[in-house]
Amino acid sequence: MGKKHQTPLLDELKKGKWISFVREMERAAEKSERTEDLLGQVEESYRDKVNHWKHGGMAGVRGYGAGMVGRFSEFPDKYPGIKECHSMRIIPSAGFFYNTDFLRKLADISEKHAGGLLNFHGATGNIQILGMSQAEAEDVFQAVAELGFDLGGSGSDLRTPSCCAGQARCEFANYDTMKICRHLTEEYLDELHRPAFNYKFKFKFSGCANDCVASAARSDLAFIGTWKDKIKINQEEVKNYKKKFDVQKYVLDKCPTKCMWFEGENLVIDDENCVKCMHCINELPKALKAGDERGCSILIGAKAPLVTGPRMGMMLVPFYDVNEDAKNDYEWIKSLISNMWEFWDEYGVSRERIGELIGRVGLNTFLEGIGLEPIPEMVEHPRSNPFIKFTEDED
Amino acid sequence: MASFVYNGKTIETDDEGYLQNLGDWDKGLAEVLAKQENVELTEKHWKLIEWIRDYFQKFQVAPAIKSLTKEVMALENLPDKKEANKFVYELFPEGPAKQLAKIAGLPKPTGCV
Ligand code: HEM
Ligand code: SF4
Ligand code: SF4
Repeated sequence: MGKKHQTPLLDELKKGKWISFVREMERAAEKSERTEDLLGQVEESYRDKVNHWKHGGMAGVRGYGAGMVGRFSEFPDKYPGIKECHSMRIIPSAGFFYNTDFLRKLADISEKHAGGLLNFHGATGNIQILGMSQAEAEDVFQAVAELGFDLGGSGSDLRTPSCCAGQARCEFANYDTMKICRHLTEEYLDELHRPAFNYKFKFKFSGCANDCVASAARSDLAFIGTWKDKIKINQEEVKNYKKKFDVQKYVLDKCPTKCMWFEGENLVIDDENCVKCMHCINELPKALKAGDERGCSILIGAKAPLVTGPRMGMMLVPFYDVNEDAKNDYEWIKSLISNMWEFWDEYGVSRERIGELIGRVGLNTFLEGIGLEPIPEMVEHPRSNPFIKFTEDED
Repeated sequence: MASFVYNGKTIETDDEGYLQNLGDWDKGLAEVLAKQENVELTEKHWKLIEWIRDYFQKFQVAPAIKSLTKEVMALENLPDKKEANKFVYELFPEGPAKQLAKIAGLPKPTGCV
């Protein structure tokens, strides 16, 4: 085994000193005929500029309607190894922490039953085992379960929630992203395993506005860490930074709301106009820190281009006291989620994401439906006008 | 494409076992399809098969899962949709799209299932 097909286009992607998925696939192909054939088909896809998987096709394990994504080659005669080339999605640990024992065992499973390929982690946040046939699905599922892991979401269901490494590794985290991610994953395993929604639904959790899991752009419900009170300033450290680089040019002038300035030697921040974008804190981490009243903002409705075009999340809850709700097993957010899902189930149509439904029925109707009071901070993006028309008596 | 013989007649299916000619379906054939899926049909299965066939005849599409779970809640007197959905998987372990639709002789459901 090794190189069955000529792959001139893929070979280009091995050049240079960088890591290369082609090189990794070739290593796996030394032990796997499937992956040899996979390389052949990927080459052909690069040449034709279309992917050569058949449209549709199902794969799965008993008891679950999700967790495997079916892939069937368009050219099963030419590439028999990938007649079936399904992926299995596995819920990662929150924050992506594993021990090497687990990783080795998972690699063994993939070598034995799949193409020797793993995806750590897919864009969905899942671990994926790539290149499985339906006949092996139950065995792999059992083997994965024995390691203490379960299958993730796919299709019209709750997709595997994902979070940034948050408080485990990052000083910027305003709340425990891993804890809420794990909690809601376990709470909603049925919604994850047995698709019953109009379409997919995603939660993602970022500890701050740096948004390392890109939640604002690609999750129906994005939880982004923020704070309510003032940024804490250590003026001595500000002075140290000023000796090292042009703080005015690289920090103050780049503040999106221009709410920072110097009064003499001292840095002043007009916190009422700060949009908590993280830029200044990223640049001056020793001098600036988020305030003490920490929590997160909740954005709703982000999605990729399919059906009605891409959209970013809009502000639904400007400040959710997630640290307080954590003490209560997240009761508040769970009741809000359940109201949203009820409304979406009742009024949404097939293949309609929740953001599209809000666009169709209007934010007012949606808020009434889920029992949330409208407030002026519910905006499409910072500093824009609210969608809602407030009458006098509503103040 | 695949095929097998049933009652002296050649039955054509697609690669995944869904009937090509919906007119071929009868209760006996449903039993054969169920056996291929390792599903043993009970009265509870038949209620859903009949319901989904009626739905398909009326609307010419397979129902959304939420319509199915609502029906199951009513039929089986279950407290919520979640329980109803679990119940469907107890009857058809590989899921309603893969097994209920196939055994009921519907075409392969499209979309992101
Ligand atoms: C300096 C001139 C104008 C200013 C400052 C102005 C300002 C505004 C503002 C603030 C709104 C409310 C927008 C919103 O609800 O988001 C509005 C709405 C509207 N304006 Fe003007 N406007 C001006 C001229 C005009 C003219 C000349 C016309 C018609 C020929 C016009 C027709 C309308 C209409 C029809 C609406 C309602 C749109 C809707 O509700 O969707 N406006 N305008
Ligand atoms: S999103 Fe913020 S808190 Fe989370 S890892 Fe990135 S920088 Fe740290
Ligand atoms: S967080 Fe952003 S908006 Fe706030 S002061 Fe810093 S740079 Fe300006």
